[in-house]
Amino acid sequence: MALIRKLTAAFAMLSIFFTSSLVQAVEYNMTEGVTEISQSAYDIHMLVIYVCLAIGILTFGIMFYSMWAHRRSAHPTPATFSHSTLVEIIWTTIPLVILVALAVPATTTLIKMEDTSKADMTILVTASQWKWHYKYLDGEQKDIEFFSLLSTPRAQFEEFDGPGATKSENYLLEVDNSLVIPVGKKVRFLFTSDDVIHSWWIPDFAIKQDAILGFINDAWTNVPSPGIFRGQCTELCGKDHGFMPIVVEVKSEADFNSWVAEQKGTIAAAAEAAEAAAAKSWTMEDLMAKGKEVYEVRCAVCHKSDGSGIPPVFPGLVGGAITTGPIEGHLNMVVHGKAGTAMQAFGAQLTDAEIAAVVTYERNAWGNDKGDLVQPGDVAASKN
Amino acid sequence: MSAAIDSHDHDDHEHHGAPTGIKRWIYSTNHKDIGTMYLIFSFVMFLVGGLLALIIRAELFMPGLQIVEPDFFNQLTTMHGLIMVFGAVMPATVGLANWMIPLMIGAPDMALPRMNNMSFWILPFAFTLLAATFFLPGGAPNFGWTFYAPLSTTYGPPSTDFFILAVHLLGISSIMGAINVIVTVMNLRAPGMTYMKMPLFVWTWFITAFLLIMVMPILAGVVTMMLTDRHFGTAFFDAAGGGDPVLFQHIFWFFGHPEVYIMILPAFGIASTIIPTFSRKKLFGYSSMVYATASIALLSFIVWAHHMFTTGMPLFAELFFMYATVIISVPTGVKVFNWIATMWRGSITYETPMLYAIAFVILFTIGGFSGLMLAMAPVDMQYHDTYFVVAHFHYVLFPGAIFGSIAAVYYWMPKWCGRMYNEKLAAVQFWLSMIFVNITFFPMHFAGLAGMPRRIPDYALQFADFNMWSTYGAFGLGITQLLFIYILIDCYKRGKPVGTQVWEGAEGLEWTVPSPAPHHTFTVPPTIK
Repeated sequence: MALIRKLTAAFAMLSIFFTSSLVQAVEYNMTEGVTEISQSAYDIHMLVIYVCLAIGILTFGIMFYSMWAHRRSAHPTPATFSHSTLVEIIWTTIPLVILVALAVPATTTLIKMEDTSKADMTILVTASQWKWHYKYLDGEQKDIEFFSLLSTPRAQFEEFDGPGATKSENYLLEVDNSLVIPVGKKVRFLFTSDDVIHSWWIPDFAIKQDAILGFINDAWTNVPSPGIFRGQCTELCGKDHGFMPIVVEVKSEADFNSWVAEQKGTIAAAAEAAEAAAAKSWTMEDLMAKGKEVYEVRCAVCHKSDGSGIPPVFPGLVGGAITTGPIEGHLNMVVHGKAGTAMQAFGAQLTDAEIAAVVTYERNAWGNDKGDLVQPGDVAASKN
Repeated sequence: MSAAIDSHDHDDHEHHGAPTGIKRWIYSTNHKDIGTMYLIFSFVMFLVGGLLALIIRAELFMPGLQIVEPDFFNQLTTMHGLIMVFGAVMPATVGLANWMIPLMIGAPDMALPRMNNMSFWILPFAFTLLAATFFLPGGAPNFGWTFYAPLSTTYGPPSTDFFILAVHLLGISSIMGAINVIVTVMNLRAPGMTYMKMPLFVWTWFITAFLLIMVMPILAGVVTMMLTDRHFGTAFFDAAGGGDPVLFQHIFWFFGHPEVYIMILPAFGIASTIIPTFSRKKLFGYSSMVYATASIALLSFIVWAHHMFTTGMPLFAELFFMYATVIISVPTGVKVFNWIATMWRGSITYETPMLYAIAFVILFTIGGFSGLMLAMAPVDMQYHDTYFVVAHFHYVLFPGAIFGSIAAVYYWMPKWCGRMYNEKLAAVQFWLSMIFVNITFFPMHFAGLAGMPRRIPDYALQFADFNMWSTYGAFGLGITQLLFIYILIDCYKRGKPVGTQVWEGAEGLEWTVPSPAPHHTFTVPPTIK
C-alpha cells in the first residue's frame, strides 16, 4: 500500500520536525503589521479578545463554581426558581453596551481602511490562475508591468516519492518578481481578475481584497519603513490556490527610483532581445531547449512535465488533437487561449520566440515527434 | 388518525403493524423507524466525512505534498464539507426530531407519514449521486462546499452537474422534513399542550423548520442558476455576459447563514432539555429562551454579507452587516446565561448526556467568541479565509452541533431501545472526544492568526507545529468515535433494561411511555394540565 508507506515515512520524519520547530520562532498571535491600519486592526483584535476573555472567565467561573458547589452530593435539594425578569434585562443590556463600545473603534478603523482617496500612486493587480500581474498606472513608473509567480521549485514540495529537496527559508512564500513600492507614500491598489476569484492578502498591511473578473476593487497602504512583506492568495481559486504567494518589497524613495530606472532599462533591453529573438531563425535544438524551459514554468502546472495533463479538465498533450494536429490550431490555442476554460491566452504573457519554442517543444516531446519547427515569425502571423 | 390502539399485530392502514425484514424500513411510515434510519444514515455519513477529513489532515501533517495531489485535496475539502453539513449534521437533527417531536408533544406520529418516508429515502440516492462523482472523469466537485462562481460554473469539473442534482434532492428532502415538523407541531399537539408549554427542543426545531422552508428554495435557486449558466447560455454569474460573480455569494450566503442556525438551533434545544434534567431544576427563563431562539432566527436573515467583507462592498453595507452580526451575540448570550442559571443551585449529577451538554455550552461559546471577533469588519480583513475561520466554524459545529446530537443520543437511547448504555465507557468516550476535539481545532486558531489561509494543501514552514497537532487530534477524535459505535451496539444488545422514567430529573411526555417506546405511542392523546 503506497498510502501506508507514505504515512510511515511521514511519521518517521516527525522527530526531524520536532527539532526544527524548536529552532523556529513560532507566532501564536495576529501580526501587528507595519502600518497604522494594521496596528488599529491588531488593537481591535486584542480588545475583543480581552473582552471575550473577561466575559468567559466570569461566566464560566460562575458555571464551574455552580458545577462544584451545586453537585448533588453537596446540594441535595434543588432550588425551585425558574425565572427572573430583572436578571434577564440585566444580561441583555450589559452585552448590548459592550457591543456598542466595541463597534466604535471598529467603525472608525473601517472608515479609514476604505478611504482610498488622495493616493500618491496606483498599481493595478490582476490575478489569474496561480499568478499575479502588477502594472504601475501613473508617475515615473507608469507602464512598468510584470507577472509574479511562485519561485519555490516544485522539487521542494512534490514529495510523493519520498522527501523532496531541502525547503528554502521562505518556502511557498517566495516569488520570481516582487511587487516594489516606495516607503511613506500612499499606494492605492486596484484589484481585478482574468478568471476565477482570487484574494490578495498581506497580513502586515491588513489588506485583503478579492480580485474578481469584471470588477475592480481597491485598497490602500502607506508603509513607514522599508522591508519585505509576504502574503498569499486567500480565496480558493482552483488546483494551485496554495501556490500563489505575494511578496511586496518596500524600498526607500531613492532605492525605489533607481529600481524604476532599472526596470525601464530592463524593459527596453527585453524588447530588444525579443525583437532579436523574433528575427532570428532558430534551430531545432535551441527551440527544444528554450521550449522545455518555458514549458516547465508556465505549462507544466496543468499539463504536467510529462505532458499527461489531468484529464478531462487539463487535457493531456501526448498525442493530443491540438499538439499533433495542424500547427495553426496549436498556435491559435496557445496565443489566444480557450474561452471558458483554464487555458489562458499566452500571446500577451510570452514573447513570440518563447511561444514558438514551447509549441515546437510540445509537438516534438514525449514521442509526439511531429518534426515541426515553429519560428517566431509564425507566431507573429498567428497573432494577426 | 387511525383508531387502532397499540395493536401491534394489525394496523388498519399501514404496513408497519407487523413489520418484518427490509420492508419494515423501506415502506416505513413510522416516525420512530424513520428517525432511527435518519440517525444511522447520518452516523454513516459522519464516518465517511470523517474519513475524508483524516486524509486531509494526513496531507497537512507536515509541509510538502506527500499523499494527495492539490486538485484531489480540493475535492476532499469540498466533499468533506458537503457530506458533514448535508449528510451528517442535518440528518442527525432530523432523526432526533422524528423520534422525539411526536413523543414530546403527545402525537401518535408525524402528521405526514408517507412524506416522511420519502424525505428520508431521497437522502441515500442524493448521496450516492454525490459520492459517485469521485469516480467520474475529472473527479468530484473541487470548488469548496461554498461553490463560488465562476470556479464552480465556467471552471467547474463535469461532475458539477451531479452535484447540482444532488443538492436539489437534498433540498427537496429538507423542505419536506421541515413541512412535516411544522404541520405536526401546529396540528398534533396533545390537548392542553399550548405553544408556550412545548418543550424547548420542539420549539427550536419548529423555528429551524421555518428557516429550512425559507432558505432551501434559495439554495435550489442558486444551483439552478449555475446549471443554466453552465449549459443554457445564461450569464447570472458571468461578468462577460453582464452577470455578477458576487451576486452568487449574496444568494449563497442568504441561504448559508440561516443554514448555520439550522444546524445549531436543534442543539440549543437539546442542551435546554438535558441541563434541567441533570440539574433537577426547571429550565431558567423558558419564555426568554423561546424569544431568544426566534430572535436569532430572524437576525440570521440580515447578516449574510459578513461572509463577504473582502468582496469590495460599499462602506455602508459593511457597517450594516457588522452591526447586525454583533447583535446576534445578545440573544445567544441570553441562552448561555439561562443555561448557567438553570444549573445554579440545582442538584447536579454528571451522567454522560450532561457532560456533553456542559462541554457543548463551553465550547460552543468559544466558537461564539471567535464569531464575535470575525464580525468586526476591519479585523475580518485579517481573519477572513484563514484557519481562524476554520477553527471558528468547527468549534460551533463539532463541539456544538455534533456534541449536541451525541448528548441527545445518550440521553434518549435508553428510551429508544429500553436499555442503558455503559456509563463508564461513555464517560471515557466523552473525555477522549473532549480532549481530542480541542487538540484538533484549537491550534487552528493560532495557525489562522499566524497567517495560514484555508483550503491549501501545503503551507509555509511556520505553520508546521499547529498542523501537526491538529492532525494528531483529528486521528484521536476519529478513533474515539469507533468507541462510540461499540457503546451503542453494546447498549442495544447487552445494556441493562430500564424503566419508564430513565432519568430521575427528567420531565416531559416521552418519559411517560414505556421503555423501549412501543411502535405506536399516544394513539390516544394524553391530557396536559
